[in-house]
Amino acid sequence: MSDRRENIRNFCIIAHIDHGKSTLADRILEQTSAVSLRDMEDQILDNMDIERERGITIKARAVTLNYHADNGQDYTFNLIDTPGHVDFNYEVSRSLAACEGAVLIVDASQGIEAQTLANTYLAIEHDLEVMPVINKIDLPAADPERVAHEVEDVIGLPCLDAPRISAKTGENIHQVLERIVTDIPAPKGDESAPLRALIFDSYYDSYKGVIVYLRVKDGVIRPGMTIRMMATGAEFNVVECGVMGATTLVPQQELFAGQVGYLTASIKTVQDTAVGDTVTGVDNPAAEPLPGYRKVQPMVFSGIYPLDGAKYPDLRDALEKLQLNDASLSFEPETSIALGFGFRCGFLGLLHMEIIQERLEREFNLDIVTTLPSVIYKLIMTNGEELWIDNPTSYPDPAQISSAQEPFVKANIFTPTAYIGNIMELCQDRRGIYLDTKYLDTDRVELHYELPLNEIVYDFFDALKSRTKGYASFDYELIGYRDSKLVKLDILLNGEVVDALSFIAHADKAYPRARRICENLKENIPRQLFEVPIQAAIGGKVIARETVKAMRKDVLAKCYGGDITRKKKLLEKQKEGKKRMRQLGSVSVPPEAFTAVLKLDSQD
Amino acid sequence: MACQSLYLHIPFCVQKCPYCDFYSLPAQEDLMDRYVEKLLAALERLPFPMEPLETIYFGGGTPSALGAKRLNRILEAIHRHISWKPQAEITVECNPVLAMEEELRQLREGGANRISMGMQSVSDQQLRVLGRRHTARMTEEGVEAAQRAGFQRISLDLMLATPGQTLEDIHRAVDTCARLGVGHVSAYLLKIEPGTPFAQNHMETQCPDEDGQADFYLEAVEALAAAGFQQYEISNFQRWGQIAQHNWRYWDCQEYLGLGPAAHSFIQGQRRFFPRDLEGFLKASNPWNLLREDGLGGSLEEYVMLRLRLSEGVRWDQLAQRYPQYDPTPLRRRAGELPSQLIVADQQGIRLTTQGFLVSNTVIGTLLEAF
Repeated sequence: MSDRRENIRNFCIIAHIDHGKSTLADRILEQTSAVSLRDMEDQILDNMDIERERGITIKARAVTLNYHADNGQDYTFNLIDTPGHVDFNYEVSRSLAACEGAVLIVDASQGIEAQTLANTYLAIEHDLEVMPVINKIDLPAADPERVAHEVEDVIGLPCLDAPRISAKTGENIHQVLERIVTDIPAPKGDESAPLRALIFDSYYDSYKGVIVYLRVKDGVIRPGMTIRMMATGAEFNVVECGVMGATTLVPQQELFAGQVGYLTASIKTVQDTAVGDTVTGVDNPAAEPLPGYRKVQPMVFSGIYPLDGAKYPDLRDALEKLQLNDASLSFEPETSIALGFGFRCGFLGLLHMEIIQERLEREFNLDIVTTLPSVIYKLIMTNGEELWIDNPTSYPDPAQISSAQEPFVKANIFTPTAYIGNIMELCQDRRGIYLDTKYLDTDRVELHYELPLNEIVYDFFDALKSRTKGYASFDYELIGYRDSKLVKLDILLNGEVVDALSFIAHADKAYPRARRICENLKENIPRQLFEVPIQAAIGGKVIARETVKAMRKDVLAKCYGGDITRKKKLLEKQKEGKKRMRQLGSVSVPPEAFTAVLKLDSQD
Repeated sequence: MACQSLYLHIPFCVQKCPYCDFYSLPAQEDLMDRYVEKLLAALERLPFPMEPLETIYFGGGTPSALGAKRLNRILEAIHRHISWKPQAEITVECNPVLAMEEELRQLREGGANRISMGMQSVSDQQLRVLGRRHTARMTEEGVEAAQRAGFQRISLDLMLATPGQTLEDIHRAVDTCARLGVGHVSAYLLKIEPGTPFAQNHMETQCPDEDGQADFYLEAVEALAAAGFQQYEISNFQRWGQIAQHNWRYWDCQEYLGLGPAAHSFIQGQRRFFPRDLEGFLKASNPWNLLREDGLGGSLEEYVMLRLRLSEGVRWDQLAQRYPQYDPTPLRRRAGELPSQLIVADQQGIRLTTQGFLVSNTVIGTLLEAF
């Protein structure tokens, strides 16, 4: 029965950000006529606003396409679009595990970048056939030959005959389609074996419940059968299964080994359909799940509060809705003296955090205040107890801490040689430990550093970009916990500690960071009727201080020919402005102040 | 009590000043004639009951641009249709350029008894920056002419924190006011209004910053006090008891009727205004039909907001008389929580200090949270 699989090709497209992944996906969709041109909206696969604006893919997408090849045969292509950011590395790895091949796009002018390599290595780890494609040959700066050599030299992939394409103009896309047929192997799988299907994504649909995207490795899925999620243990009756058309789901009688498709089973929450979990049948269960499942662990935590305390239930609803589609988002209620009721939220990384914040504001129209993000620190107490601290407010009395540890990452930074000095300076400033430098060619290198995660969660990426005119790229992976000297820094406004501004820092970095935060707060807190001292303190000891001078002038000198309403309107506007502010004791603080403390990098 | 104050907006200027965003148009003879006819017609068919007037105020624009003849025709009409009390205050705003003795004498004969003149500065260089067409000398001559014409009540306008102004300029201006023997000074901090040439030319970059403006204001208040001019409102100073009665009524939240494009009224409990549109006003068969409503007036909040512009502030006895239902305890408590160098709260009432005036928007905004 292997002929059922002969003409299936399961592949993903991998690339560094902006190298044209989504554009190529669009061209493939267009040329396989899966979508009529009229229905074609640019970048169908990236269908969140934020994804389109930022040019990134956050959620994996999959689509089934039919292709009539030059050899006269018809093929089924399953294209899986993967997230492109380090925050979503685990999701990427699951998408890769659902494929036999990967189309690797390399920009013809930029060459290999950090995520090119990271994603390629990930694909090779998963035994994928990697098929390089050189994109953007229409650019004036394109140098496809140099880039092809670079791919051969650096990655060791044959690339000299790789398709040279322009996803933008559509040039040579046909070659890519043909190479998918010839170069990427057909899937294998045993239809008679017990069902094993890998979940690589899921999302919540208010009509059908959770729609699970999966790759059937063994066996067959049919509507009506009872399935079990092997990691979570949850069981469901399959209501529908099928393949993903370009614009709609297309139900099928069955999904068999080798196929990529979806199922629905009246599943209420994506917590039950963890990415990486294995779906099996209850009647004839598989002995072993597919390898590679792990529970997603948030790496970065921050408090999210409604600007208007009355919106707390709305915020909870919004987070619950987001969680329906995002099992990696965690949250639990927390209370802050300064900010009231809110939630402690866990994220995969900084980008994930920003995306959630942005979606809360845009899709749910919520005005929110977020606190300084924190990583999880490990504290060993004098009584031998281990504490995991993700929230500065729960930092214990230092006298009871015997030792402390913080998470470290291994960072790979790609840069033109001209910026090596700047990057080394930055990494050193961020307590980086230099490992080595690898020359990619005469003018580009890969720098390897070990860095504390807490030094990169705030603004490392921005700092790196600004120090390298945007040329450097960067990628990291968690490598474990290391001993550290930690202190908790408190920020005081007008003599009172603002709990939402407290943070944990390395002892050596406490002073410069305290000073910078005080400066940032000074810039962001408007002048008030009285002078507002801003202090940073460790324990009771003040280590930095700034002052917001008292307001001197805010007066409407003249009443225009008895135009009283003008003055009334002015006061009303003022009232509105004040409503936006958080009242911390007697000090009015705009929400920006809480996030302004994030911008720690200064180039002066 | 029916309304006892009338404001007439005269939307004409010989030349527009680059900082001004009041409604005014070039002073063309035919336009001014048509406008006066329209005002006379409007005065003939007043839609509101009026008492004999306590105050009349010709503001602008430049009312003196109309000339004494036209102004007197308007005054005659007012006298005929409403009339005024013997002690009524009748003010005409006057540009120093147009302050000719003979004109002023006629105005005085027509009933006007108070002149408000835009001196603005005593530095000719400053006056040029401000786009004024007169010199300091001309202001002095204008004041003397008004005095000879029989005006005992003269007010001078002074601008503070203008581009390139120095503290020395302010002292000289105050000295001049004192020497000329006027009884009233209005000293305004320049506010650069959007859309004016000053805003387009980014003149704020040449003006003192927030702290500088505060310093200029405090210096002016002090200098005026030293010269015998007592502050009684954020921007107004008097000696010899010459408080501006008409403006006082605005700040005391009393009713007034305004007539003319861009004029505001507070009448029969309602705030109202005429659109900034002279052409529409001239074309209207009955200009009163143009009057637009602008919300209810006279609320407690409004009263407090306005009274706090005055040095005497909110007085508990007057407040109780006007709003007998209101318990002022929260207001008083709120005022007590604010820095005492900004606001005083005691047995008499609450009132802003000079420092408090400078930040009055924020102080008043904070106080209004007590309601």
